[in-house]
Amino acid sequence: MSWDYAALLPGAIVVSSLLPGVFIFLLDEESHVLRTVLNLFGAVAKLVLVGLLIYGVWLGQVFETRIAIAPGLTLVLNADALSVLFVTLSTVLWLVTTVYAIGYLEHSTNRSRFFGFFSLCVSATVGIALSGNLLTFVIFYEVLTLATYPLVAHRGTPEATRGAKIYLAYTLSGGLLLLVGAVWLRTLTGPVDFVEGGMLGDLSPDLHGQLVVIFALLLAGLGVKAALVPLHGWLPQSMVAPAPVSSLLHAVAVVKAGAFGIVRVVYDVYGVTLASQLGLLTVLGVLASFTIVYGSVLALTQDGLKKRLAYSTVSQVSYIALGTSLLGPVATVGGLVHLVHQGIMKITLFFCAGNYAETLGVAKVSQMDGIGRRMPLTTLAFTVGALGMIGLPPIAGFVSKWYLGLGGVEAGQHWVLVILASSTLLNAGYFLPILYRAWFRPLPAEWPNEHHFGTRFETMHALLWPPVITAVFCLLAGLLAAAPFSPLEWARLIAEREYGL
Amino acid sequence: MSDAALTHPLVLCIALPLLGAMLVTALPRWSVRLGILAAVATAAAAVALAATVWQQGTLHLMLGGWDRQLAIALRADGIATALVLMANLVALGISVYASGYFHDRVRVRSFWPLWLLLWAGLNGLFLAGDLFNLYVMLELLGIAAAALGALTGNRDAVAANLRYLLVGLLGSISYLLGVALLYTAYGTLDLGLLAAGIADSPQLLAVNAAAMTLMVAGLALKAALFPLHFWLPPAHANAPAPVSAALSALVVKAVFYLILRLWLDLFWPITGMAAAMLPALLGAVAIVWGSWRALRAERLKLLAAYSTVAQIGYLFLFLPLLAATPPGPARDDLLAALLLMAVTHGFAKAGFFLAAGLVQTNAGHDRIDDLGGTAQRLPATTFAIALSGSALIGLPPSGSFIGKWLLMQSAIATGQWWWVIVVTTGSLLASAYVFRVLSRAFGLEPTPMRFITDARAEVPALTLALVSVAVLGLASGPVWTLLGLSAAGVGA
Amino acid sequence: MLIAQFLYGGAGLVLFTLGLWSFLVHEPLLRKIIALNVTGAGVFHVLIAIAYRGDAAPPDPVPHALVLTGIVVAVSATALALMLGARLQDADEEDQTP
Repeated sequence: MSWDYAALLPGAIVVSSLLPGVFIFLLDEESHVLRTVLNLFGAVAKLVLVGLLIYGVWLGQVFETRIAIAPGLTLVLNADALSVLFVTLSTVLWLVTTVYAIGYLEHSTNRSRFFGFFSLCVSATVGIALSGNLLTFVIFYEVLTLATYPLVAHRGTPEATRGAKIYLAYTLSGGLLLLVGAVWLRTLTGPVDFVEGGMLGDLSPDLHGQLVVIFALLLAGLGVKAALVPLHGWLPQSMVAPAPVSSLLHAVAVVKAGAFGIVRVVYDVYGVTLASQLGLLTVLGVLASFTIVYGSVLALTQDGLKKRLAYSTVSQVSYIALGTSLLGPVATVGGLVHLVHQGIMKITLFFCAGNYAETLGVAKVSQMDGIGRRMPLTTLAFTVGALGMIGLPPIAGFVSKWYLGLGGVEAGQHWVLVILASSTLLNAGYFLPILYRAWFRPLPAEWPNEHHFGTRFETMHALLWPPVITAVFCLLAGLLAAAPFSPLEWARLIAEREYGL
Repeated sequence: MSDAALTHPLVLCIALPLLGAMLVTALPRWSVRLGILAAVATAAAAVALAATVWQQGTLHLMLGGWDRQLAIALRADGIATALVLMANLVALGISVYASGYFHDRVRVRSFWPLWLLLWAGLNGLFLAGDLFNLYVMLELLGIAAAALGALTGNRDAVAANLRYLLVGLLGSISYLLGVALLYTAYGTLDLGLLAAGIADSPQLLAVNAAAMTLMVAGLALKAALFPLHFWLPPAHANAPAPVSAALSALVVKAVFYLILRLWLDLFWPITGMAAAMLPALLGAVAIVWGSWRALRAERLKLLAAYSTVAQIGYLFLFLPLLAATPPGPARDDLLAALLLMAVTHGFAKAGFFLAAGLVQTNAGHDRIDDLGGTAQRLPATTFAIALSGSALIGLPPSGSFIGKWLLMQSAIATGQWWWVIVVTTGSLLASAYVFRVLSRAFGLEPTPMRFITDARAEVPALTLALVSVAVLGLASGPVWTLLGLSAAGVGA
Repeated sequence: MLIAQFLYGGAGLVLFTLGLWSFLVHEPLLRKIIALNVTGAGVFHVLIAIAYRGDAAPPDPVPHALVLTGIVVAVSATALALMLGARLQDADEEDQTP
């Protein structure tokens, strides 16, 4: 184990949120200032470290932290282009969400517990992103499950504990399947490192039968968190969690961990060629397509705003899996870039939903008449996010759909266009009525539960600015898609490496 | 006996707690202070022993100035050292916890002598090198454990521990008869000489098999292997919390250690695949049945006790896998995994019971369904339950995760994939019973102001739980190193 | 004399079996404790039989040491069991006379 800078950085990125998290647990409940300082310190420190990482990876440096757990079992954290994409997304959004959460929870109880687990979650997510082998991935994947459970149950109401129980039942069962798959794979190959282009290509064809079964196990395990139908049942139930949790974890960290895992397994374990040869991509494509349509159809019928957003997540996360399932670099770019785009769009929407609930007590679509006039900035951010989800240029979502469609055509799978088109129609079907109500319907006489925060804006600062900032991100990611370091350019870089172009 | 032998860490590990037991009996007024002193000294001796083994490899010592046939033989190889280290650190934690647990003067004065005797028995069992001393230590352990378990004096505790005592006695008598058979055949009680004798005498198969059956069956009764586990849940659930911790985490483990020693060192010529299947099948049933009963348990400590029944089952699953794996790195990994599971369970279960005891003291009961407020009022304690609970399930990054990973890996590699199903079922059931408790920690009760309210009780519980998760899961390499030092002594 | 050794050892095994049977079958505590002692005595007989090394040689001390230790253990365990049993009886009597 060497202790130079390149060997420490990935580990330090994980620890930068873990350590503040541990200290936060130990704080007394009233230590409001110290807790805030620790939270922001961790978030900013992580951002700085990730900045260093991006710069280094761009220069072509290799970063790798290795910790030997036992002979033959090594914890590996390293940074390739794909991990950088996910790490950056989680780190930037963590900072924004921390600010939001500090405002959101100002008067609530059990804050030390909440922020402690919140930091733990981010550490686990970053660990998943930086995992250099399957063992490390499995470890952080399970830690993420455990760390999110208390956040879902946080409110302590019977619905919250029930939602948390369902969440846990799904994710722990999925985790076990993933574990069995990972162990089985290891008996065939030795340590399963993530290698660009895959590592199973040289395996004897006699083992292909086993590889298919192992893929099924891994996909089942990852599909739970990625909310692939029929494994998606936990996601709508988890919406009982406080808004920051729904925003960061159920739009970014948890579901993305599953989607990211699918990408890793297809590209860096099996290799896209072998996966296609074994017919695994077809299975994934069918599941993803079905999920995309099914999630959107269910979203149409939801009156609860967060539930509608949750079903929309079910649908949208599967774009990533869909992009992965199409053979060809363009579709890969579409899937990967959606990992980022869906994250920033959905977090904006969840932040706004939280603002409506906190400021006005509005939690249902049917209560949103005229809300745009009472909360114009929030509703503007919501509009950007919603239109982006539908795929309106120049917002980020358009870029994703464009590349996915193009990738489908390139792969000769024209049915993808049908899926995209119907999904877009359905997206419009469940988002446009909200926008219409918000902007064009008359204001109600009274809001369900209105608060005034004594600012000249529509709600308190800590709640207002995070969605505005992420909405700006959505616009920039679309407008500047061709600029260097944009998500799209970075996704291209990854695709080129995976296909060895 | 030379002076050097007296201060040898092998001797100190057994002599110090015995000395402590005498001191606290002679000076009952000082029992807490002297008891803690003896605990610290004993744990220090165990650490010194581990350091010595680490540097020099397996240690042997013949006490009493006699030759190998008659001397009191002590021995510390890698397996023994790893378990001694675990047991002594856990026992130190239990001692600190216990120093504030008992308030009744009579209980305080009865606890410390018995507890130090138990401790001496534990170390003796791990370090003894011949069957006779093993028998003595086994009895010392059994009697001290039953007396400690009945310490609360309430009816259920007395009844359960009386049963434990009698069942334990039956187990040791059966073991002794096996010893007698072996002595008839080979004329020695020394483990090393016996192992060589058994290996050279395949013609004595009947005697060997009969002795093995008597000894292993007797010990399986004391180790609570399904269906011989019936005595354990009431005995462990009704004992005072520090005692439950010691019984579940250490005493059962010590008996399993003895089974393992006999199985691998002594009877390896006849413990092949066929012989290993029966205990492993019973272990598999223990996992499922124990976890199921834990899930249905109404009281926290009863849940923890049934969880022990299940966890012991996991250890027996390793026997057929060891039989199917030829000597080499794969077998070393497997043995290390077995040891890691045992050690992790030691820390985790002790942490769990200590925390459960705190909950019980604070709430005045340990009915799981009514624990809500208490669990929320004691964040550090709930954390200890959560951490040790995840080690019981085998979630990463605990030591038992690594253990289960290697267990399943070996099961697949040797074609015994059915154990994978058992392990996953057990893990699911364990998640269910652990989270059934943890979900009570989320409620609408008032928020706690402080993380730790009672340091002397909460810190030991939390530390033990943390070790089982963070230390053993992320740095389990030393277990391999310790095993490597004694590779020659294991399984030949 | 070999026959005597076998007889003695055999009697020990019979005692062991009888004690075991009685322990498993009989419910009352006192009978269980006595049964255990009988079982133990059976094992001690076997050990004494083993110690015999012919008329000319002195008996082997090791099994004798085992027996002595075993007796000490049996006595202490019996004492503890009786004490716990007495506690139990007291508790039951208290229950009956509230």
